[in-house]
Amino acid sequence: MASSCVQQLCRRSTSHLRSKTSCVTLLYSTHVQNHVAGVRTADKTNAGGDLIIHGNHSIFHTSQRRQQVGVCYYSGYNASPLLPTEHRDTKELTDALSQIKDAQHLTETNARLDTDEAVYPSASEEITDKDASHTMVPSTLPSESSSLRDYVDESETLSKLVQLGVKLWKLEQRPNVGTMLLKLDFQTDVVPRLLFLKEMGVEDSGLAYILSDNPFILKEDLENLHARVNYLKSQKFSPETVASMVTRAPYLLNFSVKRLDNRLAFYQQQLGLNSSKTRGIVARLPRLLSGSLEPVKETLRVCKIELGFKENEIQHMVMLVPKLLTSNKRKLTQIFDYLHNTMKVQHHLIVKFPQVFNSRLLRIKERHLFLDYLGTAQYDSDQPNYISLDRLASLPDEAFCTEVASATLEDFIMFQKTM
Amino acid sequence: MAIRAIRKFRWVEGLFCVYKPPGVHWKLVRDRIETCRTDLTLTAGSLPPGVRLLGPGRGPTELTLSASSLAAHPLVRGPEFRRIKVGVGHRLDASSSGVLVIGVGRGNKPLNDLYQMCCTRDYTLEGEFGFATDNFSRTGRIVERSTYDHVTQDKLEKVLAMLQQANQKALLIHSNVDMRSQEAYEMAVTGELGPQGKSPPILTGLRVTGFQPPFFTLELQCLNETQRYLRKVVHEIGLELRSTASCTAVRRTRDGPFTVDQALTRGQWTAFDLLPTLLAWLSVSNVESTFDTDRPRGL
Repeated sequence: MASSCVQQLCRRSTSHLRSKTSCVTLLYSTHVQNHVAGVRTADKTNAGGDLIIHGNHSIFHTSQRRQQVGVCYYSGYNASPLLPTEHRDTKELTDALSQIKDAQHLTETNARLDTDEAVYPSASEEITDKDASHTMVPSTLPSESSSLRDYVDESETLSKLVQLGVKLWKLEQRPNVGTMLLKLDFQTDVVPRLLFLKEMGVEDSGLAYILSDNPFILKEDLENLHARVNYLKSQKFSPETVASMVTRAPYLLNFSVKRLDNRLAFYQQQLGLNSSKTRGIVARLPRLLSGSLEPVKETLRVCKIELGFKENEIQHMVMLVPKLLTSNKRKLTQIFDYLHNTMKVQHHLIVKFPQVFNSRLLRIKERHLFLDYLGTAQYDSDQPNYISLDRLASLPDEAFCTEVASATLEDFIMFQKTM
Repeated sequence: MAIRAIRKFRWVEGLFCVYKPPGVHWKLVRDRIETCRTDLTLTAGSLPPGVRLLGPGRGPTELTLSASSLAAHPLVRGPEFRRIKVGVGHRLDASSSGVLVIGVGRGNKPLNDLYQMCCTRDYTLEGEFGFATDNFSRTGRIVERSTYDHVTQDKLEKVLAMLQQANQKALLIHSNVDMRSQEAYEMAVTGELGPQGKSPPILTGLRVTGFQPPFFTLELQCLNETQRYLRKVVHEIGLELRSTASCTAVRRTRDGPFTVDQALTRGQWTAFDLLPTLLAWLSVSNVESTFDTDRPRGL
């Protein structure tokens, strides 16, 4: 019903167009969304009444049919449900009509091309040497591929990177990195930056690690890189320290000077340490500068409020084990809860051995329960047979069993299976 | 070389059991085993043919290629085995501990057969009288408290006998065999009488191994169970005794033919020496007879 209605509208509109007298009332059905002028030479059917070709005139068709019809032209006119004015409508209709005619012409010419005889000579014909040298040999390289394996032999950049030790198999899994590496020119892009890193003091093994982790360093501006290194040196980091920091936190040199400055100031302010101590912490754990700051803030808040450590205690712990700042909040609270409430270890002992937070809760639990079972669980430093927390948590299983628990490893394994 | 890697892969395959510690989700255990096993296949890196490492005289990191494609280079190709199929048998929920059967690589097929087969599992339950919680364990919200002075060991054993009787009936009902037939008699004699396939949880054996009020320990064998059901059993035992009880620990000591003694603890998952051997899958009847010894014989 809609289609017949639209058909009538078609006829009415075209007749009006010719006369240009009365206003065109176009009541659109809910399905008609866009005016699209499109013709497919093969599809001149009235199948379902959806696609209506009314001679050479403009066509309204439903959105369902739109997908089936190979639309070669889209006028971009959105049908409004309101009554359009005569002026606008007639102008658009005339435009649409002319575009239809162009489209028809185009499709006819295309069809003509397809059905023509092939212009190229047959493969069995002999051609002269001159012609042979001019013919375009299609490249064996695939135009797109999901792996860098297909390009590594042809590309100088990629083969040199492999020789350096860069893990291409890991890099190609990251989005857009493979394309970026292929587009780099070895002599102009890669070599200057590698030389820059070598001048800084980075070793060859470090180069491979940096590039495997941060290939985007090859796209950084050389002046920026120099500026950032100079900034770090101005903050009294020694050149060797800077080299080691860059090796261990490859994204460091991607950060602007201002950002690096902000971060150093943040750590100095939050921890309340002087500049040389802050430098020490950052030199030992350079990813503090390249990681996010929110988790660090959260961890410090947890230490202060939930765990109840004082300012100077936190400073002491962070100086010993900077990794504490980036540890998981949940892990910290769980380990502390077990240490303090179940094992009854006091704050001051935990502050002395912050590396206990590096180990897994399960390990601490198993070992403590084993010592408890043997009757040797003594964590108070004033009492005899005192066992320090670092020996409890950090020793490997064998050493723990023989030295701390005075039992065999088999006993420990058997005990673990009774938990 | 590629051949060597596949051989290494064959070494890490197999069907074995591990000890899952309490508080850890079973999936984390499975993932950890997968990474351990894939790491084992990566050890002793091998150079592909055509790449020679020149000595220190020619420069410390120079790699000269002798006319072969870089596409086969390990840094371009990546590790040969990035993932391994690791399957888990009957699962344990996070707060339970015990034997967890793991199948790696080709061991998954016998694992599947083992899973389908109806074999019993051994559990040790530790319970505590005096309070009842909403999830039947210590981590839940306490719903009720009660006294337990009147509970003695023989009262407990009476309740267990009653439970066992009910479960025995359920076993017969769900075995899908006419009780008056010769077939049923023969199956009962050999100990094969029982549900084949899905059924509600059935306890085939139940006894008290420790009683120090308020704590007590039960040992039971069951079929088609979940750990939550077992905790509910402890809760119901408390109710039957006119008191309340909740379960503090659930520990699986046997899963089919795998016992706790054979289970590997965490430190042993990476050990290259403790390589599991592929469990030779004998005929189903043979394997069934080995671990159906605890089914009650006769009717």
